[in-house]
Amino acid sequence: MERTFRGALLVARRDLSAYVNSIWGWIIVAAVLFLNGLMFNAFAMGDVPRYSHEVLEQFFFFSSGTTMIAAVFLTMRLIAEERQTGTDVLLEGAPLPDGAIVAGKYLSAMAFLTLLILLSLYMPALIFVNGKVGIPHIFAGYVGLLALGSAVVAIGTFGSSLARSQVVAAVVAGAIVVGLLICWLLARVTGPPFSEVLAYMSLFDRHFRPFMQGRVQTEALVYYGSLTFLFLYATTRVLTWRRWR
Amino acid sequence: MPIVRVENLVRYYGQLRALDGVSFSMEKGEIIGVLGLNGAGKTTCLRILAGLLTPTAGVAEVGGKDVLDDPIGVRSLVGFLPEEPPLYLDMTVEAFLRHAGQLKGMSRADVNARIPEVCERTGLDPVTRRRIIGELSHGYRKRVGIAQAILHKPALVILDEPISGLDPAQIVEMRRTVRALRDEHSVMVSSHILTEISQTCDRILVIHDGRLVAEGAEEALVGGVGNRMLLTVRGEAAKLEALLSERKEIKSHSMESVEGDIVTALLTLEQGADESVRTGSKGSEGSGESAVERIVEALVASGLGVRRLAEAQGELEKVFLGITGTPSRDDVGVMESAAASETGPEVDDGSNEPKSEEVA
Repeated sequence: MERTFRGALLVARRDLSAYVNSIWGWIIVAAVLFLNGLMFNAFAMGDVPRYSHEVLEQFFFFSSGTTMIAAVFLTMRLIAEERQTGTDVLLEGAPLPDGAIVAGKYLSAMAFLTLLILLSLYMPALIFVNGKVGIPHIFAGYVGLLALGSAVVAIGTFGSSLARSQVVAAVVAGAIVVGLLICWLLARVTGPPFSEVLAYMSLFDRHFRPFMQGRVQTEALVYYGSLTFLFLYATTRVLTWRRWR
Repeated sequence: MPIVRVENLVRYYGQLRALDGVSFSMEKGEIIGVLGLNGAGKTTCLRILAGLLTPTAGVAEVGGKDVLDDPIGVRSLVGFLPEEPPLYLDMTVEAFLRHAGQLKGMSRADVNARIPEVCERTGLDPVTRRRIIGELSHGYRKRVGIAQAILHKPALVILDEPISGLDPAQIVEMRRTVRALRDEHSVMVSSHILTEISQTCDRILVIHDGRLVAEGAEEALVGGVGNRMLLTVRGEAAKLEALLSERKEIKSHSMESVEGDIVTALLTLEQGADESVRTGSKGSEGSGESAVERIVEALVASGLGVRRLAEAQGELEKVFLGITGTPSRDDVGVMESAAASETGPEVDDGSNEPKSEEVA
């Protein structure tokens, strides 16, 4: 167990330094912050007078979108790039369980995504200073963004393990995310029990809205946690399967 | 206990049987060469031993640990360098080695103490150690690859095509490095160039179509195929054919070319029949008349003018093709040119040129 934990931290440290030292990671950060700022001005602030909590809700609404996009782009290189450059041999030939490699990859992307999400704090801070919103509302929104981000990072890591090409990895991850996003639409056009299942599977509608409104729901946290675990486990199985293929 | 034990190893890729019942063992401190054409199955075999692939059937053990039962234990005993070194190009050599060492289970203090040692062994000077790997030449990257493979003092070091892409000077240096590894490790080296393997290894495993088709020291392998000689005479092809068919010293022969009255034939002598030629002596060891002398006498007596009788000595690639049963002349050409281009003039031991021993 200690070896797994130590291995995961080593992999995470290496990948995090790759994010920090590469231009690609910072391009994603810059693009997301730019988009967030643009939408914050255009939609959240707008011309129509609004309550502060509505502005904050709007902010978390579009931030969830940019967080998901950023997570897909950040994770597409995680395993696919290692296979492209042949450095997967170093990881898979090391005396580490596959779970440690996957956990390390996930942690590095999650750490960088967390940094990205936290860099947007100045926008809620502006609402906090100029309006009337509670810190719990901001806190809940950010917990939601991190939980949603965690699930999409796990999906992206899974996509990256399936392909040698980073573009294909991003497309696979994107397709899964879109599939989970439109579950709420499908839930509306189907009857029980499918509608119930589909509604529960919805990545955004049922589980993220409470966070937007300032409520931390255990059910939603369990959902995002389960999704994260499921896709990281699937990634581990893919790595193991590749040794048998 | 052997450091490596492989028994009836089988590996499928889908429907393709990449390894088909390979068995061998390896003692501690040995350097073994795994030889085979591209796609023969040698890399698959090495990757199984490195714990990167699992076998479909059979047993593969390193240091008494089975690759299926204890894959992590096996990986801790093996240092692996694939054909393309697995390097993070954005890291400095030292940072990379530190990372690789820790991935292999070493403590930070142990890695820091070991890095200067392995760098010295692989010829990475202190200035190079501080350079970004992406800025290094291919030869230096290979050195870094070897350094990461031996960093954790593995019992077995596996080098897959270590000389591919190196220039002649780098090949000479690489050979020296590989030979020096035997002090601390057992080493497996794969290559499709027999001359390279024969210069570095104690023993050769020849893999072809997923099967182990020959095993032993170079001399034994060459002897097993028999010695080949190229004969050029002036006279009738039919007459030569008849004479060669009668000679007991000749195991087999084939007519290579007929240009006017100049006929060239490739002879394979019976094993041991041509010992004086094979060892390069002039038959002065005094064990009576050699097979070559008897053949020449018979040729002259039948009125054929012997222009040239040259030993096809050292044509290791031809020997390899003989073992694997791929006698195509095109293949011979391909292998010879590959060997020549990869080994270059500095490392060419002259084996690609028939060593002429004019007897008439």
